[in-house]
Amino acid sequence: MSETTAPTGATAVDTGRRASGLPIRLEGVTKRYPGQGKPAVDAVTLELPAGQTTAFVGPSGCGKTTLLKMINRLIEPTSGKIFLGDEDVTGQDPDKLRRRIGYVIQAGGLFPHMTVGANVALVPKMLGWDKKKVAGRVEELLDLVGLDPAVYRDRYPRELSGGQQQRVGVARGLAADPPVLLMDEPFGAVDPITRQRLQDEMLRIQDELGKTIVCVTHDFDEAVKLGDKIVVFDVGARVVQHGTPEEILSNPAEQYVADFVGAGATLKQLTLARVEDVELRRVTTAVVGTESAAAVAAARAVGDDYVVVLDSRGRPVSWPTLAELVRTTTVPGTVDTRLPVVGLRSTLNDALDTMLAASQAGVVVMGGRDDLAGVLTIESVMAAIQQARAAVAG
Amino acid sequence: MWDYVLDRRGQIAQQALQHLSLVVQCVLLGTVLALLIAMAVYRSPRATALANGVSAIGLTIPAFALLGILLAPFGFGITPAVIAVTFYAALPVLRNAVVGLAGVDPALIESARGMGMSRLATLLRVEVPLAWPVILAGVRTSTQMVMGIAAIAAYVLGPGLGGFIFTGLSRLGGANAVNSALTGTIAVVLLALVLDLLLVLAGRLTTPRGIRV
Repeated sequence: MSETTAPTGATAVDTGRRASGLPIRLEGVTKRYPGQGKPAVDAVTLELPAGQTTAFVGPSGCGKTTLLKMINRLIEPTSGKIFLGDEDVTGQDPDKLRRRIGYVIQAGGLFPHMTVGANVALVPKMLGWDKKKVAGRVEELLDLVGLDPAVYRDRYPRELSGGQQQRVGVARGLAADPPVLLMDEPFGAVDPITRQRLQDEMLRIQDELGKTIVCVTHDFDEAVKLGDKIVVFDVGARVVQHGTPEEILSNPAEQYVADFVGAGATLKQLTLARVEDVELRRVTTAVVGTESAAAVAAARAVGDDYVVVLDSRGRPVSWPTLAELVRTTTVPGTVDTRLPVVGLRSTLNDALDTMLAASQAGVVVMGGRDDLAGVLTIESVMAAIQQARAAVAG
Repeated sequence: MWDYVLDRRGQIAQQALQHLSLVVQCVLLGTVLALLIAMAVYRSPRATALANGVSAIGLTIPAFALLGILLAPFGFGITPAVIAVTFYAALPVLRNAVVGLAGVDPALIESARGMGMSRLATLLRVEVPLAWPVILAGVRTSTQMVMGIAAIAAYVLGPGLGGFIFTGLSRLGGANAVNSALTGTIAVVLLALVLDLLLVLAGRLTTPRGIRV
């Protein structure tokens, strides 16, 4: 049993994103700490559109985190107003407000004395959902962030890797289906490869859910990757530039922005170009446990010299060459932990990174949750680089 | 010695029971008081320093002296004994509770507040459970210590095994004096061991699996 995936077009993903989020409006939001001459956040006015991810970037100490925490009032603004949709939430009971705003912090912030399931269930329980609904929701969310509920629900956080903990953190933030999700340096505590995978997952989840996300980061590449919009801050949370990643990279408002983002470097274009923008190779796939001979025949028929093996849920587990596969009778289920995988919305920069880290000349590209989009080869990335350089030169 | 114990086994058992009940009740009371004080002070560095100072100095007060002071307002009997034993029981728990609560990762508290838990809910559902192993270690220390102090409380005619020790000491040289003192001491040690074992068991049962070491 094998099938051939056709190359995916470039535009399929961005269209039709459902926006379940609410817009956030900040009006003259200011935070002054006693004994400090200059305000930490000085009269910031911003509109964050519904259903989009806005990344706050800036050097540490610039007030971006303070601004984020004023949205859910973990820090009370000294003056100014905050609106969720049309509702002024500046005077609301902060505890009730926060139950409607997802909050994800670095390393997940999971409670070590509660199981993964109990952690995720916290907010729905506070909102008084009945047991059955909570249990169903926990299952749904763990599935959403790519953790098998049967395996992980009853584990404790310390039994999970850093990346898995962060996934649970995201699931917990989304538990009560809040219209708004605030993320404070969410992927700062994991290694680069895991971080990139988590970013891919985040993009996929956002494609499914369409929340209004505010994500604080000091890593401009992360902002470019995750953000539909980017706000660049300077000290005092002064908004230096607010725009799409393309706008900021191609037209930095001030020298400060240009220095900070490193605009002008040719290879920066790789952080703008997504995997979905270049042509993918279609691949022959085979499901674990099916007959090897059929898979080999299917691959030979279209001239492939390897096969991508999928598990029963459609997730890639390995990519053996035909030479390896002919020696087996059924397709083996061995999981190749070094299998390079990226998402359609990953940047070419990530894809190249992943290839280099795995010492492979290609990466497997996933579309949706359990849906293989194809394979990206190093040749396509090189072609894209040359195109970008030609565009810059011409 | 053996004959001495056998002859008085009823009296020993009764005194041991009284001793145990004094210690257990005072430790419970002291723990509750210490927890309440710790919860009140741990957020403020100044109050925390004060509480730590009090518990450090409190432990240096000789039990005899404290009992002597308490004799004046309360006279002989159970009241000064309970007050003194509870006082000493509370101190190690107070110290550990403050340390334990202050040791909870601030990121977890922020995470709890950020998801909409109230101050109280954060304290009861996140901070106290996470500090629990440290608090319980304090309870164990305090139980061990108070076992001995409860024996001294017999000096003010409090209940318990201290009676045997004091009777023995006051009749030193007389018949059965050593037997009496030894009986009291050994019984206190045995009781302390049994109680500590029970506390370890309680710790096992009350510590969430995710933070057991």
